[in-house]
Amino acid sequence: MKVEEKVKNMQPVECEAPNMQESKDGLLKYLIIGILFGTVFVKAEIISWFRIQEMFRLQSFFMYGVIGSAIAVGALSIFLIKKFNIKTMKGETVNIPKKEFRKGQIIGGFIFGLGWALTGACPGPLFAQIGSGFTVILVTLVSAIAGTWVYGRFSDKLPN
Amino acid sequence: MEQFIEWITQPWPWYVAGPLIGLTVPILLLVGNKSFGISSSLRHVCAMCVPANIPFFTYNWKKEMWNIVFVVGVLLGGFFATTFISNPDTIVVAESTQQDLAALGITDYSKLLPAEIFNWENLFTGKGLLFFVIGGFLVGFGTRYAGGCTSGHAIMGISSLQWPSVVATIFFMIGGFLMTHVLLEPLMKMVGF
Repeated sequence: MKVEEKVKNMQPVECEAPNMQESKDGLLKYLIIGILFGTVFVKAEIISWFRIQEMFRLQSFFMYGVIGSAIAVGALSIFLIKKFNIKTMKGETVNIPKKEFRKGQIIGGFIFGLGWALTGACPGPLFAQIGSGFTVILVTLVSAIAGTWVYGRFSDKLPN
Repeated sequence: MEQFIEWITQPWPWYVAGPLIGLTVPILLLVGNKSFGISSSLRHVCAMCVPANIPFFTYNWKKEMWNIVFVVGVLLGGFFATTFISNPDTIVVAESTQQDLAALGITDYSKLLPAEIFNWENLFTGKGLLFFVIGGFLVGFGTRYAGGCTSGHAIMGISSLQWPSVVATIFFMIGGFLMTHVLLEPLMKMVGF
């Protein structure tokens, strides 16, 4: 394997930030965005196990409305950013990493779905549940981290 | 003021919550050229704490610190919202869902999570094993295998018109439907519900 290929494989497969580490002050803004985001999760009761049950039982439109309208707003924003070539606060061109198709999106996606219906939470709400005082979810979080680690450990042996 | 407090303590409708969540996409992009995604934070924790020379975890996680800080913020947001502006009334859940859940032994709607499942006493029982340990493991393993979760794929991925994210989201839903409609009842019976 060529050196460049090796280096390329060492990079995170997805979600890598295109720019360098932020200073401590720079990180504060992500804390604030996170706090607002966590607040929405609780206020709209998205962290509720009951809401996820309603969704998978097709007995309430609520979660479909939340995810659907979030996608609509996200898509419109990205369209506008691209159309008017809106730059970031630092003047960079907005960079959205391309997602390559892998079998993992099918197999892993299915496995996550099983867990989502059990825990009633995807990773974001897990954090908000803990903050809301459901401290036993710390166990779920540690287990999710363990699951991530096990995937990383055996990723080269799984169909990808 | 009283009206404001009453309004803010009410549960927010989907057409307020959804667009606010969607706005996270351009905010993160414009604030720091970051792609919205939450499950990656679990990977960064692995890289930070137990990389164990595994190539998947040996990368410059310091570059991704924003993601960790973001999820710490989500946790704090959960705390603030629950402590200061939480809804005093019990959660309203669809009648049909209540009937289905009653058949599984879930009837406590006093909190956002059913007390019958989510309590510390259940930790070292089959219930805890199923809902916390196995459930959490499936979420962590599955999201990383899929390369993202509801935020990274369903919202960020579909918003940026990437078809692999549509595939991932479809399979999230298939897994969820199968668990809810087929596996949940026998599994819950097995662990003593």
